[in-house]
Amino acid sequence: MKTLTNGILKENPTFGLVLGMCPTLATTTSAENGMFMGLATMFVLICSNVVISLLKNLIPDKVRIPSFIVVIATFVTVVQLLMQAYLPPIYEKLGLFIPLIVVNCIVLGRAEAFAAKNSVGLSALDGIGMGLGFTLSLTIIGAVRELLGTGCVFGAHIYSEQYAALIFVLAPGAFICLAYLMAAIQKLMKK
Amino acid sequence: MVYFLIFISAIFVNNIVLSQFLGICPFLGVSKKIDTALGMGAAVTFVLTLATVVTYLLQCLLVMWHVEFLQTILFILVIAALVQMIEIVLKKVSPSLYQALGVFLPLITTNCCLLGVAILVANGTNKLPMGAEHNLLTGTLFALATAFGFALALVIFAGLREQLSMNKVPKAMQGTPIALLTAGLLAMAFMGFSGVV
Repeated sequence: MKTLTNGILKENPTFGLVLGMCPTLATTTSAENGMFMGLATMFVLICSNVVISLLKNLIPDKVRIPSFIVVIATFVTVVQLLMQAYLPPIYEKLGLFIPLIVVNCIVLGRAEAFAAKNSVGLSALDGIGMGLGFTLSLTIIGAVRELLGTGCVFGAHIYSEQYAALIFVLAPGAFICLAYLMAAIQKLMKK
Repeated sequence: MVYFLIFISAIFVNNIVLSQFLGICPFLGVSKKIDTALGMGAAVTFVLTLATVVTYLLQCLLVMWHVEFLQTILFILVIAALVQMIEIVLKKVSPSLYQALGVFLPLITTNCCLLGVAILVANGTNKLPMGAEHNLLTGTLFALATAFGFALALVIFAGLREQLSMNKVPKAMQGTPIALLTAGLLAMAFMGFSGVV
């Protein structure tokens, strides 16, 4: 249970560990995009954690990192093909950032720091926890940016578009939005 | 003229860090001092250009054998191997250059702007100015220009952060939040270039 909540609260990948910033900033133009990016990463995270913890005694220590990367790249290809087949509009929007899950520091980081040392069950739980934490933070950032930028959340109108500041959907808004969310969370966590 | 526009477009208008969001990790990680930022920028320029040429040629093989779905796996392995090879060659050929760039080389493998640009160029989806064709020459120039853009953003950001470290920052904003806010303002400044090319 502790393993599961660790990824969501204490070691949240985005707000706690500050890992995987590229997809966090680039794909959170709306709550929906953020959520699907998080789910895709979560799938890769769980699968790679399970497989790596199964193989941990077979892989020689010296070629550990390249082997992990191959395992991760395999699952990323699986996600890529699945999304192309079943969710083509989302795949189109996320585009380049699906193959780039390979170089997402969270996935390799968890493989190295957790899955290579723990049992299969615990590694799967860690993957689920970290994945949920990442999905949750991406969805929140996406929702805030969508609300400020277009006046909608998940496509549902909240207030009129003419009062919305489009800049929050564009590049600078991503940095500024994440900065203030992170500051707020730091403040809350300290108390 | 078109080749010149590729440079302007990739360095200023579509800056890789500030408008494409690739390579944010080193952008936030190694931007505390201008010296390290320059070293990282140089290392990325070197590896990115080379990796793009190699992966572009490999993509032709993939297309020839109809195994395009292997792209992600193949590219990341080739890039990792290439970085390792450059490290070994540099150590032998030019120890002084190795001393300057050595520390940054292992970090580059997981730099997403490398794999990102390689995939963009290989798929022919990189943003080029009007009238430019997607081929090996424009792809290579695009990679070189993108790397310059990365180095420029990194050095400017490092300069800002050097100044910032001397100022008083509210407690909740310390560390990453204030860095992100600075990056946001910088991105806003770069937005002024949009529409130039």
